[in-house]
Amino acid sequence: MTDTLAFLLERRSDIAEMTLEHVFLVAVSIGIAVVIGVPLGILLTRRPSLASPVIGFASVMQTIPSLALFGFLIPIPLIGGIGNTTAIVALVLYALLPLLRNTYAGIQSVDPAVVEAGRGMGMTDLERLRLIEIPLSLATILAGIRIATVNAIGLATIAAAVGAGGLGTLIFRGLSMVDSRLILAGAVPAATLAIVADGLLGRFERWLGWDR
Amino acid sequence: MSGPAVELKNVSKRFGARQVLDRVSFRVEPAETLVLLGSSGAGKTTALRTINRLVVPDEGEVEVEGREIRAWDPIRLRRRTGYVIQDVGLLPHLTIAENVELIPKLEGWSPERRSERVRELLAFVGLAPERFAHKKPRELSGGERQRVGVARALAVDPPLLLMDEPFGALDAVNRRRMQDEFLEMKQKLRKTIVIVTHDVPEAMKLGDRIAVMHGGRLLQIGSSSEIVERPADDFVAELLRVESALPT
Repeated sequence: MTDTLAFLLERRSDIAEMTLEHVFLVAVSIGIAVVIGVPLGILLTRRPSLASPVIGFASVMQTIPSLALFGFLIPIPLIGGIGNTTAIVALVLYALLPLLRNTYAGIQSVDPAVVEAGRGMGMTDLERLRLIEIPLSLATILAGIRIATVNAIGLATIAAAVGAGGLGTLIFRGLSMVDSRLILAGAVPAATLAIVADGLLGRFERWLGWDR
Repeated sequence: MSGPAVELKNVSKRFGARQVLDRVSFRVEPAETLVLLGSSGAGKTTALRTINRLVVPDEGEVEVEGREIRAWDPIRLRRRTGYVIQDVGLLPHLTIAENVELIPKLEGWSPERRSERVRELLAFVGLAPERFAHKKPRELSGGERQRVGVARALAVDPPLLLMDEPFGALDAVNRRRMQDEFLEMKQKLRKTIVIVTHDVPEAMKLGDRIAVMHGGRLLQIGSSSEIVERPADDFVAELLRVESALPT
């Protein structure tokens, strides 16, 4: 135990650097996924006939084993190859489902009387979206971002397999060298990141939801 | 303004296979209160919603201030038409004041003018502004929320007011009180008002004229005494008899 701790301390600058890489991977992926997923989820509430094919596609993405998905992406030009891009593309694909589903469900669940009142008062589509539907579904949308983020922190460890860096690098190195201390050096910070992100986003969610 | 404030001419509407409106025609004169009376499924709500273009008729014409509904910009039309619904539909994340000033804000009124208007309107509907302005809708009773709904509908002083079962969700005591206040308000404001209700005594009490609807058709239109004394057909007679007997 003390041996492991000493080892971790010794490697702290490595661990810190890889944690930063990890956070970067997750932050960029979730950022892109939010920019795609939230507007797309809103669009689906306007075109309900598209909802089941699009959400279906996102669900299928979710079922592909992550290691396989990274593998599939490598040969694809522009988005593939070895490195960050491939990892980010894969993480974005995984994050889409919770974002789409929660955005769609959140907006669908806004009290129809409120939306009807907004329409009857003469609010334009955009005004209704901005003043009624988005504020009232924000807590649900945020819950989707939270799930996607926690998932992505776990998945991003596997991204090291395609050379994207991050805490997974330590884990893979530990696996190949059969050194459990190295595995722990990657796994413990990754788990801690997930717990911290979950707690922070959860707190933000409750703060937003307090008045409903 | 000359001519009727609102006129429906042979308006028909289908939702799928269901004929919800079948060649409905009526006029509402300026400053008049017309009640659309009928049981559920009569088409009265749909008829009301053609007036602010929430429903576009398949056939026939709807004129507001002499202008056909399709010639109006729907947003402009709705902003000059107060709309009150049974479920009120206050925005739960905004305060009472913010709810009431929503449209004035979108119309670009200054903050001073808006808060002045909010005070005026809340006082008008019998809610002390200093007590209610900063509350959230969920802190209010059903009757209070309904009053806020009316205040919101009056915010930009629209010449036309559409009310769909405005007192339908209230208990008998509150309902009667709101009806009395409505009559007072009507006297003060002199607006053109169309109200939907299924409640015969309410229709008699509030309406200058009553339009009886059933199965998407308009059966009879006239003052309450005309309808009571000379019902157009058996159905109207039956509706008056049955519904009047029910406690409200």
